[in-house]
Amino acid sequence: MSMNVIEATGLGKRYGSTWALRECTLAIPAGHVAALVGPNGAGKTTLLNLAVGLAEPSAGGVTVLGGLPPGSPAALDGIAFVAQDTPVYKNLSAADMLHLTRNLNRRFDQRYAEARLAELGIPLNRKAGKLSGGQQAQLALTLALARRPRLLVLDEPVAMLDPVARHDFMATVLAAAAGKGEAGGVSVVLSSHVLTELERVADYLILLSQGRVQVAGEVDDLLASHRMLTGPAAEADKYAERPVVHVRRGEAQAHLLVRATADDPVPPGWEAHPVGLEELTLAYLREPGAAALPGPGRGRHTQPSEVTQ
Amino acid sequence: MDIDKGIGKGRVGVSPAGAGGGDRSTAPSGRATAASPIEFRLDAASGVPTYLQLVHQVEHALRLGYLKLGDQLPKVRDVVASLAINPNTVLKAYKELETKGLTAGRPGQGTFIQATLSQVALPELTALRRSLLGWLGTADGAGLDEDGMVALFTSALRDFYERRSGSRTRGGAASGETEGVA
Repeated sequence: MSMNVIEATGLGKRYGSTWALRECTLAIPAGHVAALVGPNGAGKTTLLNLAVGLAEPSAGGVTVLGGLPPGSPAALDGIAFVAQDTPVYKNLSAADMLHLTRNLNRRFDQRYAEARLAELGIPLNRKAGKLSGGQQAQLALTLALARRPRLLVLDEPVAMLDPVARHDFMATVLAAAAGKGEAGGVSVVLSSHVLTELERVADYLILLSQGRVQVAGEVDDLLASHRMLTGPAAEADKYAERPVVHVRRGEAQAHLLVRATADDPVPPGWEAHPVGLEELTLAYLREPGAAALPGPGRGRHTQPSEVTQ
Repeated sequence: MDIDKGIGKGRVGVSPAGAGGGDRSTAPSGRATAASPIEFRLDAASGVPTYLQLVHQVEHALRLGYLKLGDQLPKVRDVVASLAINPNTVLKAYKELETKGLTAGRPGQGTFIQATLSQVALPELTALRRSLLGWLGTADGAGLDEDGMVALFTSALRDFYERRSGSRTRGGAASGETEGVA
């Protein structure tokens, strides 16, 4: 299971004179539900489009599914992509969408798709445009999963959905990831800016900021290697034992997000608390200069690298 | 939420897709699956990591008798589909329960309860409760409010177990009492 589903080296994409993505180096291992997070304009969609072969890099390179060029027949067979806002052809019926997808792909599990739509209560003769937002999203997802991909790529899949539809959509995705297929379920890479649900859904995090990878790693490793220290504001600047990512300071009290494990000593007068994924992500987003990245190459270990503040 | 719903017939519109993408054999399995006596829930606001919430709920169910020897825990895929959580989170929780000796995995079947949590006999519990109520009376007399009592108790409990350097795992009588207080 050492294969990387997406591997990028110095990857960049320029539109005119603007770099949407640059110097992006990352390796997302198989077998994860990886979340690609970042503010609007960070380059999330660009990165996904490059990985699925919808765009050509301006610099560097990217491979998928263990070294395949994006857009190659083998890569296209192994990857299913659901674009932003889960688009469907509004004037086609669900049956037509199935027919179309079956004929445009080398592999399509018609029986699964029909059974799934029946489960969802989506009538085959209903026009896609007449379905609810949640049903349209589920239809797009069903078409993607019926292709039996090894990698499922989702761009902002739940941004437009109501809470119930969002829950059900993610349940389908995660059940697919938990599948008992030959590869142990489909690997998932999804972009999102809904931070609150991230911790439950993702076990791998990539934080993009201003076109660059700021944080990458397994969620458990990231959480285990960060602590929130709370103590007197007057001493906040003196803390130097471990790298400080972000400081929040009141008149008397300060909170330092530091790269430290539960075994690291806590200075006298300070309290150490574990951090959640949302808190950690927000802290890094507020400190675009700070980074937590795996070492050179594709190692999974996060090393303390440069840090601001 | 009903885990049976996960596999088999979904509900119109809002089915959480138990039979989801992964099942390569036939989408909705017609085979009736033995339901687990318990159903997990998540409290997003608790700040407790998801896998630990699952562990705690199993321990709690064991203490209260919802789960007995030989009972089956919900299947990983059913938990994933009903809570929309990462499969590795469920696996981690189940591994933790196995490490604690509470459950055992049977290949191809699922995870089953194989030990109960040490229960203190009822008369002893009653006596312990009485002495705790005595302490609560004293604390109240000293002017401590409810939050103050909980804070003091929690901190004393932590000190107590830290001093015993984790020779015995937390649980059993002590947490039973915490519940009584809170």
